[in-house]
Amino acid sequence: MKQTISILVENRAGVLNRVASLFSRRAFNIDSLAVGVTDDPSLSRMTIIVDNGNSVVEQVEKQLNKLIEVIKVRTLDEGNMIGRELMIIKVSANKNNREHIMTICNICGAKAADISPTSMTLEISDTPDRVDVFEEMMRPFNILEVARTGVIALQKGGGKI
Amino acid sequence: MKIRATAAIMECLLEQEVDTVFGYPGGTILNVYDELYRYKDKIHHVLTAHEQGAAHAADGYARSTGKVGVCFATSGPGATNLTTGIATAYLDSSPVVFITCNVTEATLGKDAFQEVDITGIAMPITKATFLVRDAATIPAVMRQAFAVAANGRPGPVLIDFLKDVTFPSVEIEYEFVPWRENRGCAGMRELNRDHELKKPTPNQQDVDILLDMISQAERPFVICGGGVVLGRADREFKEFAEKLDAPVAISLMGGGGFSGSHPLTTGMIGMHGSKASNTACDECDLLIAVGCRFSDRVALSPATFARQAKIVQIDIDRAEIDKNVLTDHHIIGSARRVLAMLNEKLPQYDHSEWKAHILPLRAPSVAEASDHLTPQQVLETIRVQMPPDAIVATDVGQHQMWAIKYLHFQYPGQMLTSGGFGTMGFGLGAAIGAQTAHPDKRVFHITGDGCFRMNCHELATVGYYKLPIITVVFNNGTLGMVRQWQSLIYGKRYSETTLDRGPDFVKLAEAYGIRGFRVKTAADMEKALAEVLSAEEPAVIDCRLDIDEMVRPMVASGSEITDFLLSEGGES
Repeated sequence: MKQTISILVENRAGVLNRVASLFSRRAFNIDSLAVGVTDDPSLSRMTIIVDNGNSVVEQVEKQLNKLIEVIKVRTLDEGNMIGRELMIIKVSANKNNREHIMTICNICGAKAADISPTSMTLEISDTPDRVDVFEEMMRPFNILEVARTGVIALQKGGGKI
Repeated sequence: MKIRATAAIMECLLEQEVDTVFGYPGGTILNVYDELYRYKDKIHHVLTAHEQGAAHAADGYARSTGKVGVCFATSGPGATNLTTGIATAYLDSSPVVFITCNVTEATLGKDAFQEVDITGIAMPITKATFLVRDAATIPAVMRQAFAVAANGRPGPVLIDFLKDVTFPSVEIEYEFVPWRENRGCAGMRELNRDHELKKPTPNQQDVDILLDMISQAERPFVICGGGVVLGRADREFKEFAEKLDAPVAISLMGGGGFSGSHPLTTGMIGMHGSKASNTACDECDLLIAVGCRFSDRVALSPATFARQAKIVQIDIDRAEIDKNVLTDHHIIGSARRVLAMLNEKLPQYDHSEWKAHILPLRAPSVAEASDHLTPQQVLETIRVQMPPDAIVATDVGQHQMWAIKYLHFQYPGQMLTSGGFGTMGFGLGAAIGAQTAHPDKRVFHITGDGCFRMNCHELATVGYYKLPIITVVFNNGTLGMVRQWQSLIYGKRYSETTLDRGPDFVKLAEAYGIRGFRVKTAADMEKALAEVLSAEEPAVIDCRLDIDEMVRPMVASGSEITDFLLSEGGES
């Protein structure tokens, strides 16, 4: 089962390492990890997606709570969070199929970010499964390169962690 | 007021009431040692032979006193030599602040001479690491480091100062704040509010639930774990055990938390646990583990551990709950506070029938007569002759199990052993730390020939400081515990465990200016130990034992706890 862990940490060197090592020492793989500074420049938020059993994630959550650099840890409930991922995707494109590509972009809510005589670079920000759908739709056009950020997430409503 | 940055480091040590540090100087930490020279009347520095010895000494100091130990080392190899000592302290939750220095800001990350990323290396084996690049942060970092090391579940912390920070020209703003006041000072917001580093307050409701479970139990059983020792909760534990009137097993790290000679105790539990402990664990209907993490040496088979029982865990560290064994109930808090709350409402129980079933299973430890010297005879001699408050530091292996089985410890900090990490070579360093902290007590260092060789160069430290440590070498010419596994599980294929290569430990001791004795019979041992104890000076007693002595009883790793591979005595 995929789980989303949101962690508020101190924004300083070595913290990412410390958090990541708690996962690696139990030999479980991180599906995605996104870090960025928050409205308070002394704090960063990490959003980590893991695909592991409940008890394992609960153990890691408890261990994370012990790190002095970690301010708060919360496992976000799938139905109760806003999760978004940014993808930048470069496909082969020419004057014959550009319009076709743009139609799919419009349907999926993607935008053109760059264009050249032989390619188009598109960006989309959405839930991971909808980003997957867009990527799938682009496959026939010959995907040249893909970069995805991994999910960032906040819980719904007025509450905060 | 403005003072030198290095003076602030010393003052911060004094704030924490540190009067002893263990260490080894070197290039990058020169400025700190130069300052230490000025502070030598206030801070006693013990120079060891090797940084690992210094790390173990600081650890032994911390374990035997309950205070935070302090250890200095230089960058690069000095720092990496600490790592085994840091990991040893981490696995057994021993509060030690390790202070290293690194290269200059300009050369950091450029593979400068003796540069290593020690904060990176130490990350998984410390509670926290600090790389200090700004001298102004010295007081905040030092205070935070001591708070983190000592509070909650204790453990090691590492501070790495860049050399620039320690230059004599660097001055910082500093004001002396005693530790009782500075553990909650500014900059500690996260520590206090969000990390529960202050001892968490036990929940009264959780305590009441346990009281109710106790009232319904017919066969309660208690494990005294390392948390009782670390939290110095021995008095509260004794009251709890006596009121509950239940058998008590003492885990390896719990030694000293509950008197080993108390009529309720069943001895060790787990791999080398007594028949009484392991049977009680299998048959009890309520298991209360106090400050015990159910390691794989205790809960050999977690799924069937205490299979008939409701399992209750009392621990200061929430992350230990349900980690190794799934529990039915838990209470978060220090052993001392939780037990005090339980004792307040706990009535006097009588579990005579259950006790009568379990307690007689504990075989009396007897040293049988033999034509050659046996480990039991050596320990019997020590037990009879040692002052009751003597501290015992062990290394790791057969001698460790024998010592902890046969010697009965009476107070927390009396027994020092590397339980979690199993560090061969821990004993002599730990003994140096304990003896430095307790000049009025005798300190025994019980070791094997394999372990002793790993850190025997610390005899130089023992000899120089005239520390009256008594090293007793269980010399069976082999890595006994590994050989035991090879005998029982690996078809007697003794792959690289025979240590038929010296050195002569008596001559080795003499080379360091320490008296050496070789004993081959029980009578020799009695005579030698009496002579050693009559003088306030160090000694090494080389006890020659049979190569095939085994630690009994034994349950194989992963087996059911009552499935003894070796019985208590005789053939299995």
